[in-house]
This record gives sequence, structure tokens and C-alpha cells, in this order.
Amino acid sequence: MQPIPQVENQVSVKPRSGGIGPFIRSVSAIVWKDLAAELRSRELLSAMLVFALLVILIFNFALELDARARATVTAGVLWVTFAFAGTLGLNRSMAMEKDRGCLDGLLLAPVDRSAIYFGKAIGNLIFMLIVEAIVLPVYTVLYSVNLFTPGLLLVIVLGSIGYVAVGTLLSTMAVQTRTRDVLLPILLFPMVIPILIAAVKSSTGFLQGSAMADILPWINLLVVYDVIFIAAAFMVFDYIVEE
Amino acid sequence: MITVHKLVKRFGLKAVLRGLDFSVEAGEFVALLGPNGAGKTTFLRILASLSRPTLGSVNIAGYSLPGQASAVRRRLGVVSHLPLLYGDLTAEENLRFYARMYDIPHADKRISEVLDLVGLLPRRRDLVRTFSRGMQQRLAIGRAVLHDPEVMLFDEPHTGLDQDACLMLDTVLREVAARGRTVVMTSHDLARVADLASRFDVLSRGVIAASIQRAQIEPDNLLAFYRQSLAEA
Repeated sequence: MQPIPQVENQVSVKPRSGGIGPFIRSVSAIVWKDLAAELRSRELLSAMLVFALLVILIFNFALELDARARATVTAGVLWVTFAFAGTLGLNRSMAMEKDRGCLDGLLLAPVDRSAIYFGKAIGNLIFMLIVEAIVLPVYTVLYSVNLFTPGLLLVIVLGSIGYVAVGTLLSTMAVQTRTRDVLLPILLFPMVIPILIAAVKSSTGFLQGSAMADILPWINLLVVYDVIFIAAAFMVFDYIVEE
Repeated sequence: MITVHKLVKRFGLKAVLRGLDFSVEAGEFVALLGPNGAGKTTFLRILASLSRPTLGSVNIAGYSLPGQASAVRRRLGVVSHLPLLYGDLTAEENLRFYARMYDIPHADKRISEVLDLVGLLPRRRDLVRTFSRGMQQRLAIGRAVLHDPEVMLFDEPHTGLDQDACLMLDTVLREVAARGRTVVMTSHDLARVADLASRFDVLSRGVIAASIQRAQIEPDNLLAFYRQSLAEA
């Protein structure tokens, strides 16, 4: 057996200095790890995507809408699809960390634990945005509604950020319980009601060509919700992951 | 190197650790023995800063827990019966990820050294999910020594390993100890730790019930000492 090689320059005994550099490095390492693993397995994205496409297909046949009705229900159908598909992804993303003890591996690293939250949240957001980017053109074709307006795309991004900010926090709590698959939606949906209402209202506003003055309060609500929950997660994540 | 004073850990109303005192000198190899439910894993999780003590003080390498947890984690390597590795990443990618999390300089060189050490250099580009349990545990040890920690915690590392993998693990454990690292290892396998550790502590009902140096006991008498310690606890 060879001797265990030492790290050069005794870096192992030098505590990591604080600051934004190591924080960003840790966040990017977690995002890279999640993307690389998903690129191999396609476990999470394929489940979210199949589910999302099935939902909009079922709604398409179930509702048989005329052109006027389509504009009214589109936002609702879209956000129900995004919310349910997002829950699937959030559950799976944290379960992957927990099942092989990898969450402990992350928690053992000498990094600010909020970096773990941000790394996981950014990874989840990327997966959710990918699914949305595929669902939108399919929806446009099926329902004959143009969804590619800058206003609506902004609402989708803001809504997804808020959904993932809360969802990542709650999935970290839920994954530590025996009933994690059931617990996450039970905890998550009541918490995201404000964001879903604001997203649906502002999306409908953009689709129906409402005045900006009518839409702006809902967009403001989305922004405020995003900021509050990102800040709250930053403060409480350490307590959530600790026994 | 490790000093624990009056450590209490409660889960709800249930006290798992009840005023535990424990200390380890630098370079010591302590085997923590005890029956299931004695609190061994809970104790190790507190040392690893994964669990917060209810009461008491914990000091590792001059840093206290939980206040200076980040500095403590920098000095700790942890191996448990779970590999803490990502099955959909290769061996090399797993170590690269942890090297980034620990901010290790010259990471590529260090990763090659560690993979060579645990005998997985030829399999560096294979996905971890294709590895046997023994290979995964070898890589887990590589992950734990990647940042060259001063203190190593092993929580029943032999669990689920076949005979060859156990022998390989023993060789690594001896090498870790020979490098002057401080080691705390929990185990149920008295015959195996009798050969490895420099001190044996018996944990029972949340406290250290007995402690003996290897020089003070014949390996053949360890089982009798263990049973007697539990009976008197």
C-alpha cells in the first residue's frame, strides 16, 4: 500500500476564507454536478417532461375550447402543468441527494450551507425552465395561442423562481421524512398559492392584452414573493438541514 | 485533538447521549464499541457537525462545535456505511466535485493520487453506479482523504463489504493511522478492531462505560472486556 499523499503546501490545515468567491465556487460546483448527473440519467427531466406534455394533452381534449375560451383558461392550464411537473422534479432532485447519503456529503463540506441551498435551487430552476421551454411551443401548436410574448415569458421566469425558491426549501425538509413523496405537495401548494394566483392573473393579463397598469400589481407581487422567500431560505436553510 | 465534555443529545424526550465525556490525543486510533442503540452513530454525527448537541461542549483541533463548524469540517474526513457518492458521475467526477467543494488546489493531480491510492485509477472514467460495493467504499475513502484531514471518523465502514474489501479497508485504515492522523471508528466487529485501534472505548446507554489502551489488554480478551463493561454499565 502506498502512503497517503499529502495535499501540497499544507492547504488542508488552512481554513477556507469567507467571502463571495468560495460561495460562488460551491454554488457552481453543485449546479455542475446536478447538470452532469442529469445529462447521464435523464431521470428527472424525462419524468417532468412526459408528465407536463400529458397534462396539456389531456386538457386539450377534455376542454375542447373555442378561441375566446382558450385565451381565458390558457394561463390556468399552463401554471397547473408547471406546478405539478415542478413538484415531481423537486422531489426527485432532493431524493437523489438523500438516498445515497450525498446530502451528508454536501453538509460535511466546509462551505456556507446556504450555498448548498442556492446550488440546488439554481439546478432545479434550470430543469424547470428547460421543461417550460419545451412545453410552450407544444402548447402553442395544440391550443393555437401565441405564448411567445416578452411579458408572458417574464412572468414564467419570475413565477418559476418563486416556485423553486420555496420548493427547494420544503423539499429539503420533506426528504428527511418517511412520507416525503406525499409531504412535499401538501406543504408546497398552500405556500405557493400567492405566487400561482399572481402568475395566473398576470399571464392572463398579457394573453388578453390588458393594460399594463392592471398587470403591474401582480408582477410586483411576484417580485416581492421571490425576494422574501429567497431571503428567508438564505436565513433558515442551516437550521432545516441540521438535526 | 478531540475533547467532549458532558455531551447530551436528546431527540424529543428521548436522551441518546447522557453527559458523555470523551477525549482523544493527536495520532490516537480509538475504536468506539457498543451495542445497537448505544448512541455511537449519533455521537459520530455530532463530531462530524451533522447534528447539533443539546448540551455540552465539543472541541476538535482547537475549534468548537457548533460555533466553528466550518473550520472543523475542513479538518475532518468522514466515511460511513453509505458511500456519499453520486452514481451517475464517474469516479473522477465525484472527486472533482468534492475537490471544488473543499477548494483543493492542484485538484487534477490530487485526484489522480487519491484514485491511485485506492486502486481505482484504471476505472476513473467509469460511472460509480457500475462499481461493486467494495469499490464504492474504496472511492468513499478516497473522497474522505482528498483534502488531507487531520481527524478521520469511520462509522462502521466494514458494513456490507466482502472479505477482500474488508482487508483492503484495514490496510487503508492502518495507513491512515501510520500517517499520524487521529481516528475514531465505530464497529461491531471486535476481532477486526482489536488489530487496528490503539484504544478501545465502550459506549453504553449514552455514556462511555469503559476505556482501555491496547497495550493493557490482549486481543483475545477484548470480547470479555467488552461484555464485562456492558454488564457493569
